[in-house]
Amino acid sequence: MKHYDVICVGGGPAGLAAALAARKNGAKHVCIIERDIELGGILQQCIHNGFGLQVFKEDLTGPEYAQRFIDEVRASDIEVKTDTMVLEIGKDKLVYTVNTKEGYTVLQAGAIILTMGCRERTRGALAIPGTRPVGVMTAGTAQRLINIEGYMIGKRVIILGSGDIGLIMARRMTLEGAKVLAVAEIMPFSSGLTRNIVQCLDDYDIPLLLQHTVTNIRGNDRVESIEISEVDTHEQPVPGSEKEYICDTLLLSVGLLPEIELPYAAGIVIDKRTRGPRVNESMETSIPGIFVCGNVAHVHDLVDYVTEESERAGYYAAQYILGKLKENNGFCTLAGEGIAYIVPQEIRPGNCGESVELFFRVSRTYQNAKLVLRVDDNVLKLYKKRHLAPGEMERIRISKDIIADAESIKLDIEEL
Amino acid sequence: MGIKVDIAIIGAGVSGAAIASTLSQYDISVCVLEKSNDISNGASKANSGIVHAGYDAKPGTMMATFNAQGNAMFPALCERLDVPFSRIGSYVVAFNSEDMKTLKMLKKRGEENGIPDLEILSDRAVRINEPHLNPDIIAALFAPTAAVVSPYELSIAYMEHAIDNGVQLYLESPVQDIIKENNTYQIITPDKAIQAACVINCAGVYADTIHDMVLSPAFRINARRGEYFLLDKYAGDIVQHIIFQCPSDRGKEVLITPTTHKNIIIGPNSEDILEREAVETTAEGLSEVWESAVKSVPELPKNQIITTFSGIRAEPSSEDFIIRDYAEAPGFIDVAGIKSPGLSSAPAFALYVNDLVQKYFGSLTEKENYIPGRCKRIYFNELSHEERREIVKKDPLYGRIICRCENISEGEIVDSIHRSAGARTIDGVKRRVRCGGGRCQGGFCGPKIIDILARELNIPKEEVCKDSPESRIIVAETKGNCAL
Repeated sequence: MKHYDVICVGGGPAGLAAALAARKNGAKHVCIIERDIELGGILQQCIHNGFGLQVFKEDLTGPEYAQRFIDEVRASDIEVKTDTMVLEIGKDKLVYTVNTKEGYTVLQAGAIILTMGCRERTRGALAIPGTRPVGVMTAGTAQRLINIEGYMIGKRVIILGSGDIGLIMARRMTLEGAKVLAVAEIMPFSSGLTRNIVQCLDDYDIPLLLQHTVTNIRGNDRVESIEISEVDTHEQPVPGSEKEYICDTLLLSVGLLPEIELPYAAGIVIDKRTRGPRVNESMETSIPGIFVCGNVAHVHDLVDYVTEESERAGYYAAQYILGKLKENNGFCTLAGEGIAYIVPQEIRPGNCGESVELFFRVSRTYQNAKLVLRVDDNVLKLYKKRHLAPGEMERIRISKDIIADAESIKLDIEEL
Repeated sequence: MGIKVDIAIIGAGVSGAAIASTLSQYDISVCVLEKSNDISNGASKANSGIVHAGYDAKPGTMMATFNAQGNAMFPALCERLDVPFSRIGSYVVAFNSEDMKTLKMLKKRGEENGIPDLEILSDRAVRINEPHLNPDIIAALFAPTAAVVSPYELSIAYMEHAIDNGVQLYLESPVQDIIKENNTYQIITPDKAIQAACVINCAGVYADTIHDMVLSPAFRINARRGEYFLLDKYAGDIVQHIIFQCPSDRGKEVLITPTTHKNIIIGPNSEDILEREAVETTAEGLSEVWESAVKSVPELPKNQIITTFSGIRAEPSSEDFIIRDYAEAPGFIDVAGIKSPGLSSAPAFALYVNDLVQKYFGSLTEKENYIPGRCKRIYFNELSHEERREIVKKDPLYGRIICRCENISEGEIVDSIHRSAGARTIDGVKRRVRCGGGRCQGGFCGPKIIDILARELNIPKEEVCKDSPESRIIVAETKGNCAL
């Protein structure tokens, strides 16, 4: 049985950065296992720009951003297996893989970093009523068909959801000659980046319908029309507000969910809030030596942040195999009023450097609110925030001495 | 095109497929005419997938007789045809004394129908076995022989078995007319005329239309729609048995059950519809189903819904199935009004129809080279480590996983395309090997399955359809002729 110090399951941005960091920090034999035929993950289909502003201080396309890491991996002695699926994470860090060349193979890992990314919520998950014709698909699937396979999937388009993928695809469909009639968003605000609203919708006169949702899909073979309704403050459709759009395509950009097949089957504890595995300060899961990072841990806004987090995970995975990770007990981070989730969910101060960063999202928008940090029920710090929105991941850094003897820390939002 | 056969079966749903499979053992020519482009595309595509124990139907009816017989046949049948089948048992739950009376009535009726081992469980026993059920439930009728099966996988397996034994299947062949000529029937479809000595009408919601082509009107079929939710496997342990609510006149009862693939299915409601194939879902219908279901299991996880769908049932104007021949039209057999428990009864009424056919033809001789079973399928995800190693060595395509939600390999997909009655569409692949039936609903595997179908069927990718013959996924190449 082949042995590796660290195996990364997934060769997207998270796996690439984590593998490189693990190698640099003392792991000798590192392997990346990727199910697709090439490295890079979803970045390969993101041919638009806007990547790398934080990490490289440059404006790169998705494939360009990925290529920087792929080149570095290729120049290193990190082993790469593409077109290879990990079927199972067994006891004692056995990794069961299959591909067409080597067949069914079991690998032994010293540490495992899970970097499978996320998947898109579907029409089915939203239970949108209507018929089930062709022409309804997630924005990411459409993006793959157009940018990788080279095929158009419709001519008159409605997009539900104004997350970044929805916005990007509104522009992409337009550039390919399709007519995007509208982008509907159930919330009173878009969860996409402002620059994407300007550059993908406003520049092409595509209307953004806030507080609207799709309430019916019609058509037998292909989508023939989409019904859009206004929603009230409880996100319920307002009767009488229905409007029918004649079109042949509905793209959905209605949320991303961590891909947790492997950790779930391995018995790793899944957090109800992030819907990814619970992690500690080292991005280690409930099974010692199994780490997660990137969108499988929690869904990020920018790939740059995925890279940062994955470098941390790679560093700690290396620490683990070198026997330097302290397994003493830590304390929990608690998501209080107005906080959707906090990562990490547990902190062991002994493993933190000089400080530890908390990443979190709020559960709704706030204007002029304060963020309250409590350590063991004592208010430690207040942060004034002019604007907070669920679409933007927030972060605060806490110095190590504050939490050295803490039993819990908690974040709450208080409106001013 | 003129074709001459001994027997023509109209409709490739579970009834037509079961009968075709049963008759395929004889040395006679049999064809199946199906209007759609795949098997099991009507009522057999979308229903609860329950093999009922058989306490529900009135004693003495065809429904009661065939349900009880059919249920007993299922384990061996599914073994022979290699169809997933789980005898998980069912509960009918009672909330009050009125429901208790119903449970006792059902138990008595079941005993009259010859259903074995029916038992009324106490609230405590219910709670131990099904901890997520509503604590207000006071008792349940337990029927250990109730089971689940995938209705379309069963229909496909039946048809594949029939074709392997010489039955001819004609897809996209809607019957436009039937002309009775002396002792034969001339069946007209858009591109062929089929002369058959015997015609078996298994046309589902159109069975009355077909009947009326041959005989004077005797019954009507109404289409009744039922809507469903399907939950992720992550919710798969919320119930262990099929959970029925007590039939009553207070409102709609829905069931909650694990499927053979360990998802959870919830539904259906029941709505008479005018258009016989109106299989859309509605906001009202879906919320009705959900609100009713939470009475049985209050903590049904809404965030585990992976899809919703609706199906149609063929509801006859008579109370019972209509399975019979006619003195005034010898050789014409109706298999009509196959509502619930149609799936449960299909194996048994196929034998009954077999008897009617035998009676008509005198005696039939058995085929010498009859193949009783179906070539075993490979379920890569369920193989042992050693079996996985062996199969990938033999055929490397089993080493490429296409569906990441359910770990389904390219080898399985290619096999599903090249079998008799193989898949021709994305949904055809889904019904056969489940690619796209999991939580990503085909988002990841869809583009890859387009490639595989195009390659294996030797057609351009643009011609690959989702389901119906006009449902092409790709409209053009990029920077091609897509401009308005």
